[in-house]
Amino acid sequence: MMDFWIILTAVLVASACSILGCFLILRRMALVGDAISHAVLPGIAIAFLMSGTRDSMWMLLGATAFGLLTVFLIQTLQTFGLQSDASIGIVFTALFAVGVLLISLNAQHIDLDLDCVLFGEIAYVPWDTWTLGGIQMGPRAVFMLGITLMVILLLLGLFYKQFKICAFDPAMAAACGIPVLLFHYLLMGMVSMTAVSSFESVGAILVVGMLIIPAATAYLLTHRLGIMIGLSVAVGIVSAISGYLVSYLLDASIAGCIVSVAGILFILALIFSPSSGLLVKFTRRSSSARTAS
Amino acid sequence: MLDWLISLWSDPNTRWILMGCTLLGLGSGVIGSFTFLRRESLLGDTLAHAALPGVCIAFILHEVKSAGLFLVGALLAGIAAVLCVSAISRWTKIKPDAAMGIVLTFFFGVGTVMLTHIQHSGSGSQSGLDKYLFGQAAAMVTRDVYTLMGVSLLLVLAALLLFKEFKLISFDPGFARGIGLPVGLLEHAMLILTTVAVAAGIQAVGVVLVAALLITPAAAARYWTDRLSVMLTFAGLFGALSGASGAAISTLGEGIPTGPVTVLAATLLFAVSLLLAPRRGLVARALRHRGLKADYAARSAVHASGSPEAAEGGGRR
Repeated sequence: MMDFWIILTAVLVASACSILGCFLILRRMALVGDAISHAVLPGIAIAFLMSGTRDSMWMLLGATAFGLLTVFLIQTLQTFGLQSDASIGIVFTALFAVGVLLISLNAQHIDLDLDCVLFGEIAYVPWDTWTLGGIQMGPRAVFMLGITLMVILLLLGLFYKQFKICAFDPAMAAACGIPVLLFHYLLMGMVSMTAVSSFESVGAILVVGMLIIPAATAYLLTHRLGIMIGLSVAVGIVSAISGYLVSYLLDASIAGCIVSVAGILFILALIFSPSSGLLVKFTRRSSSARTAS
Repeated sequence: MLDWLISLWSDPNTRWILMGCTLLGLGSGVIGSFTFLRRESLLGDTLAHAALPGVCIAFILHEVKSAGLFLVGALLAGIAAVLCVSAISRWTKIKPDAAMGIVLTFFFGVGTVMLTHIQHSGSGSQSGLDKYLFGQAAAMVTRDVYTLMGVSLLLVLAALLLFKEFKLISFDPGFARGIGLPVGLLEHAMLILTTVAVAAGIQAVGVVLVAALLITPAAAARYWTDRLSVMLTFAGLFGALSGASGAAISTLGEGIPTGPVTVLAATLLFAVSLLLAPRRGLVARALRHRGLKADYAARSAVHASGSPEAAEGGGRR
């Protein structure tokens, strides 16, 4: 049962992240996802300080607001003429520093381990349960991630076409009368929500890894958005399950193993992808050289 | 306040750490200016995360904790990471930013697996390895501080010696190649210097925050000047100031970590520069904007009244 909850959590994180990752990769915002998943830390710390517990919906909302604040600050600095890479770097390091400082200053009030912030401790998920009206409802992380995944599926299902046009051609989307900025912030809100709900259970690094690697793998394999999302989720889920097994064999961090497996899948796609893999590319090049001579 | 400053200086251990952090801030501020101008600021973040497997392998091979050894491990892993990033973004349709993200998380993930493997296998002296990653300058021993200071001085010295070359490849690599400079070699040299700065900085501020040492002082310095030499001076100064205040303030209490305070000091300097810098700052820009607007309004009023002498006078002003 323990294994089941852990794998379920990992699969939920992987699916939520790999769906959103496709849009981030297409909009060339992969590193904004990285920034958000680090910058929600002060939101989580403040929610902890104010409510004293961690099982409130307020925490999810409050910390999600911090994710949106990150995006807003990055864009504001850019409109002030700072180049985009530097503004991402300045904003997320500053917010992460605030978070670490808050946690270390209030160590006795905040039940949050700083090591877990980066690596996460998914193995503790089954013990962190919550109850509703005296009934055991299962691990809290699974519940929060389930809600997040549901919100993502709902929003993307309703506005799939709009998100698609915004991802490929924001200028055309604006010309069609789609509120591009609104959809931008909706996407960023979903990324923040995912980052927050998976933060303490799986750690920032698994969130970033799952946001970028499965989507990039799928990007190498197809040219169609729908198929890309499907493949991305498949890669995410496969790496979540096999990563858990590998971690069992190696007696090592579960989150680290999942990301490593995803990275290996990416390398395989990089070499063997039928459309843009290195193998195809080099054989094509050598065969064309042969026909030329 | 004064007592506190004196006590900082009189305790030899604190004094060394203070000097180490100051020099580190100076060195990474100077090197960071070049990466900032080349728009590669986030490379620092990638290098920092990629250092983890290198540090772990160095530990597995030698079973000792030493700053010098970790530096070599981090350097090799950083170079491998950069090669991977450029290979991915060159041979596939994946953009450089996504390539950085992939390499960053993959290396860090592998590093995490190694780290937990080391911890679970339980060789007695591994306890400080995670301290190294999250950055606590107070945990450094004197030998580590010496390494840190040596490395920082090396960075500044290299930037001074290769100033002209680095300036050219930062602003106009095409021209640099045209006049026969070995651009590829210089780019690699700069990359190695950046990796060294990151690897040294991890100990003082931690994996996630070390990128700020490279980015924030340089971005702040950019607001004060349009000349590279002045910008390097300012960036080094800002970096040194934040490093010093981080190390000093963290001595005030048991639970105050060095890294976040250093980064927040740098961010504060950045915010001040963004607002108050002459010419490029927001306040100066708003004032200039208002002045132009008033000038324009005055001139159009003069035109409307139709007096040629007054209009000419307005134009000359």
